[in-house]
Amino acid sequence: MKPQVITLHINGRTHNIALSPNLTLLTVLRDLGYTDVKCGCEKGDCGACAILLNGVAVNSCLVLAWQADEGEIITAAGLGTIENPHPLQTAFSDAGAIQCGYCTPGMIISAKSLLDQKPHPTEAEIRDAISGNLCRCTGYAQIVQAIQSAAEKMADGGEG
Amino acid sequence: MQSEIELYRPQDLAEALTLLNQLGLDGKLLGGGTNIVSELRDGHHTGKSLIDLSRVKELRGINLQDGYIVIGGGTTITDLIDHPLICTHAGILLESARLFANPLVRNRATVAGNLTDASPAADTAPPLLALNAEVQLMSQSETRWLKLEDFITGVRKTLLQPGELMSAIRWPVPSDRSAGAYTKVGLRKADAISVLSVAVLLEIDATGMCKQAGIALGAVAPLPFRVHVAETLLIGKELKPELIAEASHLAAEACRPIDDIRGTAAYRKRITAVIVRRLLTKILEALK
Repeated sequence: MKPQVITLHINGRTHNIALSPNLTLLTVLRDLGYTDVKCGCEKGDCGACAILLNGVAVNSCLVLAWQADEGEIITAAGLGTIENPHPLQTAFSDAGAIQCGYCTPGMIISAKSLLDQKPHPTEAEIRDAISGNLCRCTGYAQIVQAIQSAAEKMADGGEG
Repeated sequence: MQSEIELYRPQDLAEALTLLNQLGLDGKLLGGGTNIVSELRDGHHTGKSLIDLSRVKELRGINLQDGYIVIGGGTTITDLIDHPLICTHAGILLESARLFANPLVRNRATVAGNLTDASPAADTAPPLLALNAEVQLMSQSETRWLKLEDFITGVRKTLLQPGELMSAIRWPVPSDRSAGAYTKVGLRKADAISVLSVAVLLEIDATGMCKQAGIALGAVAPLPFRVHVAETLLIGKELKPELIAEASHLAAEACRPIDDIRGTAAYRKRITAVIVRRLLTKILEALK
């Protein structure tokens, strides 16, 4: 099938690009330079490629780019800047929730999605929220702590 | 090798049905994509025309209509979780939704996709079977309702015909005198494929006798199925430990499990008896 021009709004920037229908959103995001979106298993098991699509956390490896046409996409890097990081980004860094870093962007997206719906999650809710994100380094304890501390900070400061 | 495909993006149900009719055998439906998109990477579905249903709003929603809970085929697993109608009238479906894959997958995966994929381990099948669910199959020329029990015919085999899509799923609102229980046995807590899943729904009459019974098993046969022989045993009788033991034994005998990387056939058969007994006992306790 011929490529078609689709429109993606990514982290506040608009891209009009001609694409074949068989490309996944993951491939397209990385080719556009959004390499904070990681390619892991490419079958929905690891969560490294998670992004927010129209506010919903999804594995970008399981979405065809054409399906995201006109969509609002936020990647982990799009949540904050170096100068003004998102509380989740600060908390992951402070808690030592990052070792190799490969799972981190997906973890942060799943955490953001959780806190959008439940600003005061229990530990069980946090663990469920990141159950589609595999981390082979940390043992998850610091990741759970980071999400808890970001939730507290956001509740205090009203950020996020 | 990445598949070469055609991709159509209908905006509404009428357009989807027209496309499906035109494409015939070449048309393949793309719902949440949680199975199909990863298969494309491996070269499956090459030459097929995929019809993306994600923009078809008519296929999404959960409603109460004429004594039935009716959900659109494109309803996601996340949509089920915490929906008041599902919480109130389909606790066993709610439990299965909470244990379905992981949140990122649940946000995309649809109920119709799970059922038409017809995996022996399809998570939503046992609770929907126990609830006496029916599925609505729609083509450009016809709309028909089938019992879910009849719809799935084998490993990844269903009665869905070319030109048809699963537009809705419905089940009668269970009576106030009914109680359900559900268990999924996996190798880990999250993101697990079932080794066994069991959904039970019983209705008890005013005299304490079992009036209706639904006992459905997943991942222990080529298709998720209802154990009618165990259900029949319970109907018209009072739930007692001896009766529960006998029903559990019948459920295990009805299994046709296989050995795979998640468990042996012998293990599956053994735990079927154990889990069915536990669930029936749990319901007995709850009804006291």
